[in-house]
Amino acid sequence: MQDSSSVGIVAPQTAHFTEPLTLKSGAILPQFDLVYETYGVLNADKSNAVMVCHALSGNHHVAGKYADSDKNPGWWDNLIGPGRPLDTNRFFVIGLNNLGGCHGSSGPSSANPTTNQPWGSQFPVLTVEDWVASQARLADYLGITQLAAVLGGSLGGMQALQWTLSFPERVRHALVIASAPNLTAQNMAFNEVARQAIITDPEFHGGDYYAHGVVPRRGLRIARMLGHITYLSDDAMGAKFGRKLRDGKIKYTFDVEFEMESYLRYQGDKFAGEFDANTYLRMTRALDYYDPALEYDGDLSAALAEAKADFLVVSFTSDWRFSPARSREIVKALLDNELSVSYAEVTAAHGHDAFLMPDPHYHQILRAYLQNIDTGVAL
Amino acid sequence: MKVSDNLALNTEFRQDFAIIADWVKLGSKVLDLGCGDGSLLNFLQGSLEVRGYGVEKDDANWLACMGNGINVIQMDLEAGLSGFEAQSFDVVVLSQTLQAVQNTEGIVQEMLRVGREAIVTFPNFGYWRHRLQLVVGQMPVSKNLPYQWYDTPNVHLCTINDFDKFCASHNIHIKERRVITDGEPISFMPNLLGSLAMYRLRSV
Repeated sequence: MQDSSSVGIVAPQTAHFTEPLTLKSGAILPQFDLVYETYGVLNADKSNAVMVCHALSGNHHVAGKYADSDKNPGWWDNLIGPGRPLDTNRFFVIGLNNLGGCHGSSGPSSANPTTNQPWGSQFPVLTVEDWVASQARLADYLGITQLAAVLGGSLGGMQALQWTLSFPERVRHALVIASAPNLTAQNMAFNEVARQAIITDPEFHGGDYYAHGVVPRRGLRIARMLGHITYLSDDAMGAKFGRKLRDGKIKYTFDVEFEMESYLRYQGDKFAGEFDANTYLRMTRALDYYDPALEYDGDLSAALAEAKADFLVVSFTSDWRFSPARSREIVKALLDNELSVSYAEVTAAHGHDAFLMPDPHYHQILRAYLQNIDTGVAL
Repeated sequence: MKVSDNLALNTEFRQDFAIIADWVKLGSKVLDLGCGDGSLLNFLQGSLEVRGYGVEKDDANWLACMGNGINVIQMDLEAGLSGFEAQSFDVVVLSQTLQAVQNTEGIVQEMLRVGREAIVTFPNFGYWRHRLQLVVGQMPVSKNLPYQWYDTPNVHLCTINDFDKFCASHNIHIKERRVITDGEPISFMPNLLGSLAMYRLRSV
């Protein structure tokens, strides 16, 4: 059965860029690919495009399915489609896999064009600024001068914010969800533990494990398990698993005894089977490095002075990894610059993961904001 | 859209809008605390081209503000206005919300920190109809105090005399005061005959 509010069957496309991209680190990518998907129709004056930026483990498959038989749709399918909050009857939605990714865009697991071998450790370390620069190339490629909006949660929210700084004239609205103007030491500490789990895996081989025909599965699995703990709130984990035992009794072993362990191991195994460890390292590093206020002596208001877009900032009460207080810092800096900004603090139990959930009020917030965006098309 | 409907509906009940508009200069930067559905800011944006932000904690009101096309920051006033720089607004408005605030002194002081000017309006508890109901032996219920004692959000009701004294004792300069009943200005015995009090305040 086809749900009429789904974007339906979709297919990814690849854009090849031959103009070199100089990264913030100074490294240069001589050429690169970005894999992307689009939903809806770009209007005649190309004024209705919305770019969706993904977080740590996301990709270009944001909505729809590749085949009717697919078990799961894209990762933010509940938001996007005809009549959904990000309405594809009005907007032309672009999802892409970021540079350094492992779902088709140029990254450590793709072939280095000069050697025809996987890049591995030689693939440069990336920043949020680099991603935004590459996303602007994709917009150019699609003939889009100005985005109606750029939207993202978590690390994706940082990209949305950075768009308004790197390209103030090229984005009219930024939706910054469950995000932060930089990571706290505690937040970076989680990333460091995750990276250490990967790097110290004997099968990591300094990042060149492809040549050895192995993957650092154990490290990646632990990294993901750790991540999952931080994406949920204590209350949400309590409600979901509590102290429930899988077989109803304590067995005095180190096997899976509690339901929570079963969940974490399942998530870790699943992720380790489909994600690239080198990509994970780079995604977490981009998170760590993002800090637009750094060049302004920590003054975020000064850092955001170049922004021209209108903003919606959203946080979730139980999100302790990207807490409401961090979103309020962004809001304050936007207010200091007298920019148009609205802020919603959603009462939600699910922790950081809440930004991906179809909570009715949360979706009403996004719907209400997106409805006010002028797309230049008659409805 | 339903914006104009809302506005018509609200201006009928919110007699204070026209006077507030009278006190706000064209193109001002306005912060409306406890902005409800955003109809005051919508009105001011339309008539005076103000740059406005509303502050509202209620989810349904937040959505209504979005429907009215205003910027709205979701937060609880009781937590203070630390997210706003000192003297960063021309006017900070607290329209018929004072009586529902717990930390009354703190809010008024914060308004005068953030705004060069503050506008405070509240239902006058000393209005004769309110007094009469108390004489009869019941808590006042009126157009401006539409709640029963058991479901009212109001916790700090006051009279015009009370608020005058409050300003004097807190070093707040009353730049202008207007009192109205059913939209008509009241100058004779305002604390008895006025149902809605409106103040324009500044720090001394």
